[in-house]
Amino acid sequence: MTQDHLNFIFIGISFAVYIGIAIKSRAGSTKEYYTAGGGVSPLANGMATAADWMSAATFISMAGTVALSGYDASRFLMGWTGGFVLLTILMVPYLRKFNKATVPDFVGDRYYSKLARGVAVGCAIFICMTYIMGQMRGVGVVFSQLFGISITSGVIIGGAIVFFYAGLGGMKGITYTQVAQYCVMAFAYTIPAIFIAMAMTGNVLPQIGLISHYTAGGEAVPFLEKLNNINTELGFAEYTSGKLSTINMFCITAALMCGTAGLPHVIVRFFTVKNVSAVRKSACWTLLFIAVIYLTAPAIGAFARVNLIEKLHDTSYQEAPYWLQEFEETGQMAWIDKNDDGKIQYYGPAKSAAGTHAVFQGKKPSYPILEATDGQLFGKHGQRLLANKVDTSNPNELWFGNDIMVMANPHMAGLPMWVIALLMAGCIAAALSTAAGLLLVLSTSISHDLMKKILKPDLSDKDEVRYARVASFLALAVAVYFGINPPSQFIAKTVAFAFGLAASSFFPALLMGIFSKRMNREGAIAGMLCGILFTFGYITYFQFLDGTPDQYLLGITPEGIGFVGMLINFAVAFLVSAFTPAPPQEVQEMVENIHIPSGSGEASHH
Amino acid sequence: MKDAPSHPHRRACLRLVLGLLAVWFSVSFGCGILFREWLDANAPQIGSAPFGFWMAQQGAIICFVILLVVYAFLMNRLDAKHGYTEDN
Repeated sequence: MTQDHLNFIFIGISFAVYIGIAIKSRAGSTKEYYTAGGGVSPLANGMATAADWMSAATFISMAGTVALSGYDASRFLMGWTGGFVLLTILMVPYLRKFNKATVPDFVGDRYYSKLARGVAVGCAIFICMTYIMGQMRGVGVVFSQLFGISITSGVIIGGAIVFFYAGLGGMKGITYTQVAQYCVMAFAYTIPAIFIAMAMTGNVLPQIGLISHYTAGGEAVPFLEKLNNINTELGFAEYTSGKLSTINMFCITAALMCGTAGLPHVIVRFFTVKNVSAVRKSACWTLLFIAVIYLTAPAIGAFARVNLIEKLHDTSYQEAPYWLQEFEETGQMAWIDKNDDGKIQYYGPAKSAAGTHAVFQGKKPSYPILEATDGQLFGKHGQRLLANKVDTSNPNELWFGNDIMVMANPHMAGLPMWVIALLMAGCIAAALSTAAGLLLVLSTSISHDLMKKILKPDLSDKDEVRYARVASFLALAVAVYFGINPPSQFIAKTVAFAFGLAASSFFPALLMGIFSKRMNREGAIAGMLCGILFTFGYITYFQFLDGTPDQYLLGITPEGIGFVGMLINFAVAFLVSAFTPAPPQEVQEMVENIHIPSGSGEASHH
Repeated sequence: MKDAPSHPHRRACLRLVLGLLAVWFSVSFGCGILFREWLDANAPQIGSAPFGFWMAQQGAIICFVILLVVYAFLMNRLDAKHGYTEDN
């Protein structure tokens, strides 16, 4: 049996399970469509939320990011988990008590304003759209590698599957499918890590392996010390110290945390459980399930870095392990023999006068056209040649993408084929679960918040679900289009946008709405607009116009500016609300009421 | 946030939330970022990992999970004390 057969079997089985679940638990009413009827158990909702939260990018690239940047990557690890603490103790129990189906609903009612609702709908759609494009692209890439089809067909197949169970099944179908997807993801992520930890450190738990001794090289040495030594020898920064300034680390982590706590597609997940106390339990489960993967990622990253350098650096190309060629073929690794010695060299920026370790010019490798002669396609050692111009300012010869760390790990460690097949199924589960959750928020934002609450208040229950299905189809069509024609540079940069916007708009508006009775419409809208405009302007100026890093405000990169935008939002909101009339009596009573935990009932959509 | 909560239940909740947020801040931003270098150099290592680095990559996440468990437990107890329990 070949690897391909195994991949087919694993993915086929997982798909059959997902679709079976989706058909069995499809939604009938708006209540089931939006919030799964409000009767999901805390444990199941915890798994589903974890699967929803962890995207294909997290699953595939996070360990790679940790491997490449060591300590600096802690901002993602802490930011994306710490946000759940904020979300749980400041937001969701109160929003659940408020008892509406969407986040713009809360903003619109709490600030008694259609404008506020409109701003919230706009932000929700933008944030979800940004995310879902990346997911569709991810599904397409995995499918195209698996079945040898073009990325375009891969994206379309992925889109059809997502539409089938997200569009038809609604929140109920999605939730139970995501439970299955989480299980696949968790096994796919941890099993290879356990094998590798045993091979490299003799410990079963990867997290223990990370802090114990490296034993594969004969003599036992502290693992992280070995990693630091390898890094500094090759001219990289020490693995455990990092390069980012403290203020930057602080701002980026804070922006990611507050952004997480303001992401609409995560918040709505907690409307599916029975009552406020179930929300609290469910949030514990969610973070626990996320932690299983987030605690494993730093270990995988560190192991992969040691493995990669040990197996490839200063090895002749002919003797290099088989997977190097496989990944060259798929364009995920590349080798340029700059000094013509037939050996692979991998050095960091400190070994070059220009302070870079780029192998070639440009961000990604590009290749000669297929019709080129063999001499143009392959070098004298059989390596795949690139069309990129060689960067001769440094001696580094090896390029690899971030994705490689998770995908190549089982190959590097020589794990059995079924582990690799499981990993493939896990990647697809990660992408599908996130895409489905986002699609649902997109469709409800359009059908419920935009159509029913702003444009057509007399919409019937049945029509609303019909609109939701049409909206999810349209949203998916747009996402598929951008998955096929990615605004390539754009996608990576819009992640900064999504978190920055969530942190500088939703987070303060929700927080003040919950904890301050005095906060009024004028304050909240002025705050949101100032926060968004500042963040949006700063990111646009530095990412898309000609801003240069030396103009950064206090050295804060666009990634972390959402935190400053959030502070501006708070300041403006309090200032404006102090000079404008207090909110009406019934709104003040509503705020009082959401702090009383009992009597939340089933989440309604009215 | 400015208004003083009058209700005893609400006051107790707020105190609990602020207490948990203080822990949340000190394990992540405190140990993992602001005082990391000092902790790396002076605090005892976790296994072979420098303390601040370990907190940033593992310890903070473990603390977050514990925080939420404590939150759910104490809040549910607080609700019960003030008569807000519901059947699950």
